[in-house]
Parts: sequence; structure tokens; C-alpha cells
Amino acid sequence: MGDVSVGRTLDAAWAVDWLRRSAEVIAENRVKLIELDREIGDGDHGENMDRGFQAILVKLAEGEPETPGAVFKLAAMTLMSKVGGAAGPLYGTAFLRAATAAGDEAALDSGLLAAALAGARDGVVARGKAEVGEKTMIDAWAPAVDAAAAAVAAGASPAAVLDAAATAARAGAESTDPLVARKGRASYLGERAIGHRDPGAESSALILRAAADAAASGAGA
Amino acid sequence: MSVGLVIVSHSAQLAAGVVELAAQMARDVLLVPAGGTDDGGIGTSLEKVMAALDAANTGDGVVVLTDLGSAVMTAEAALEFMGNPQDIVLADAPLVEGAVAASVTAQSGANMATVRAAAETALDPAAAGALGSVGTSSGTDHGAGGGSEDGATGSAAVTAQLKLINPMGLHARPAAVLAGELGAMDVEIEINGVDGQSVMMLMTLGAGQGTELKVSATGPDAQKAVDLVRSEVEAGFGEI
Repeated sequence: MGDVSVGRTLDAAWAVDWLRRSAEVIAENRVKLIELDREIGDGDHGENMDRGFQAILVKLAEGEPETPGAVFKLAAMTLMSKVGGAAGPLYGTAFLRAATAAGDEAALDSGLLAAALAGARDGVVARGKAEVGEKTMIDAWAPAVDAAAAAVAAGASPAAVLDAAATAARAGAESTDPLVARKGRASYLGERAIGHRDPGAESSALILRAAADAAASGAGA
Repeated sequence: MSVGLVIVSHSAQLAAGVVELAAQMARDVLLVPAGGTDDGGIGTSLEKVMAALDAANTGDGVVVLTDLGSAVMTAEAALEFMGNPQDIVLADAPLVEGAVAASVTAQSGANMATVRAAAETALDPAAAGALGSVGTSSGTDHGAGGGSEDGATGSAAVTAQLKLINPMGLHARPAAVLAGELGAMDVEIEINGVDGQSVMMLMTLGAGQGTELKVSATGPDAQKAVDLVRSEVEAGFGEI
């Protein structure tokens, strides 16, 4: 039975590894995100996200929660308190809803994982009131959740579910390049936003890829 | 106590300033600012908002006012984090006008829903009056000089005609005093055709020194309400 369960669930160690990898990739892309945001926003996205994820690293160093849900909740609380800009409550609510979906389970199987991702997407929608095609985070999250659900239906492992989600999020982020923004500060730019990627969609794609990488590395499997 | 208010702003100075302004007209209301990020920058902080919500709630509920977009999102997220408590509500209102209207209404002892409604109708107080009062406009008959019949039955209007004698007239502070005191009474009262229980409406009168005020009240506390207005006006709101 031991062999069967290997790779079929992801526990708190994976969730912690996800956050650590997210912090790393956000730090690496800090300048890129700042530049993206400077083109169509107020230029603070990279700075704010980096501050938020660095604060998560500090919290994790103080003690690692024991369930994926508790890890998500730590991320939610920290991002909402430290990010400052709109990304704080948006990502914070995403992680909070993911925590609710994950509940007190010690480990998440593919179905629960997809439910947590769907919860996260719903949280972003509830807070930001955006729809697909408005040049926002949702353009990455919505296809990611759809891809995750399809992967679950095909019997995929958690790592494969996350890989599908991350791949779809990347394509979704790139799909924002030609769009006119309908939400947030970029919406004031009208057609001048065309040709620029939405920074929130970009950071979403980076973070979802970090989740897949953490699962692929075997952490918490 | 009374309903508490939390002022959420991207700027610590702006939140503190709104509290300072609103507190002038509502000295017994707990007003708590939650402005800026944890390290004093521009933005909003969940921790600050949650701490403020805790501090502002003395048992009668809290109304939250916010400035721009992500402040609304942070306040909503804070409520979600706290499990959407029944005794905390967000007001969809302009920050400054909403905070003033809400704090004066809270000062009068109104409940949470009324305080929120006051904030949300701050830019159009007449709309709130239209919602809250039932056809008092018929009571503006000219009952000559002073107050007339006993208003206890609520059928006949108690009226008075008064002249503002203090140099500043019916400015913000006395408007808040009147609206606050009248708000605590069981009365429908109009002063020069506007709702006497609404500080914002009283201020829209722009009534300066020498202005004649026509007061008309109905309801159980009508006589008491008119007497109050008379004594305040005749005393020049304590400013002479």
C-alpha cells in the first residue's frame, strides 16, 4: 500500500516548499514585475509582492504549520498584512479560500488540491470583481483551475494537476498582452495598455509554477 | 456606549485626520484610524484593520469607512478572516462626508444599520430623510409664534419661529449638537424644510446670523424637541 500512496497526496512540507519557492521566484522577478507594473500601473507590484513573500519566509522560520490548510492561512494573513497594495487582499483572499477548501486535512489528494485552487480563484473573483478577458490575475487563475479540474478528471497525480495548472496559467498570463484593461489602475490607460502583460497575471503564473515545481521535486509527497 | 467607527485609508495621516475631524462633532463615539502599512508606508494592512475593528467594538457594533479600491478589499478581507461577524458592517460611502454623518448619527445613540445608512446617504441626505420619514411635510402650517398644542398625540404639529443670534449661525458644531440631541428623540422635526435629525441637511441650510428658522415637529417628543431647539438657538448655542 505504501507505494500506491506515494505521490498521490501533498502535505504541509509541500505547501511550505511552495511558499519558499514562490518567495524565491518573486524576488528573482521583482524588477521585471516592477517594470511591467510601471508600464500600465503604479509600479509597486514587484516591490509589494517581494515584501509580502519575504515576510512569509520570516513567519515560516518562526515555525512551520502542520497542515497545508494552516500553511495557506499563514500565507493569507501575512500577504494581507504586508503587501500593502491591491495584491495583498487579492492573494490573501486566494490563500484564505484555499485554506478553507483544504480544511484540517494532513495531506491533499488531487481532488482536494483542485478544490483549493478553485477556492483561490473564487476568492480573487469575490474581492476583485473581475472576469476573464479584463487583463487581470483572473486571466491566469481561471484557465489554471479549468486545467486542474480536467487533469483530476483524467486521474492525474497532484504533481500532474499542478503542472497542468501552471502551464495553463503561463498561457493565460501571456494572453493578457493584447488586452485592454477593464479593472484597476491600468483601465485608465485604455488602448495604451495593449502590448503590455498584466503584472498580476504574470505573478500568478510564477507562483503556480512554483507550486508545480515543489510537487515535482517530491517535497511533501 | 455607541456604535464605533473604523476609518481605513491608504495613508495613516489621512485616517488620523478624518478621525480628528469627525471626533469634533461626536465626542463620545469611539473612532479608530487604520491607515497605512505596518511600516508606515502608503497602503493598507490587515493587521491594523483587524486591531482597529477590535478596539472600536464595545458591544454596539462597528461601521467601517474606507478610501480607495484596495482599502475596500482589505476591509472586506478582514471581515472574511474574522468569519464575517454580524456586528461589523462596511459602509459604501465617501470617506470624509460619510465619517462625519456616521459619527454624528452614532453620537445620537442610533444603531449600526442607521449609522451605516447615514454614511451611505451623506452626499444626498434628502434621500435618507425620504426613506425615514412618513409625510411630515403637511405639518408646516404657520401656527403663529411659539409652540402650540401638546404634541403627545402626534396629530398636530408643534411649531416655532426662531432667529439665529450667534455670529456663526447654524454652523457645523451646533448642527451636530442639534441633530445629535434630536436624533435621540421620538420625533419628526423639520427646520426650514429639512430633517432636523440630519447634521448634513442642517448644514446645507447655510443659516447664518439673523436667519429665521421655522421649526415644525410631530410625534411624542415634539414639544420637547421644539423646546430644545428654542433654548439652544436663544442661547446662541453657547457661543455668545
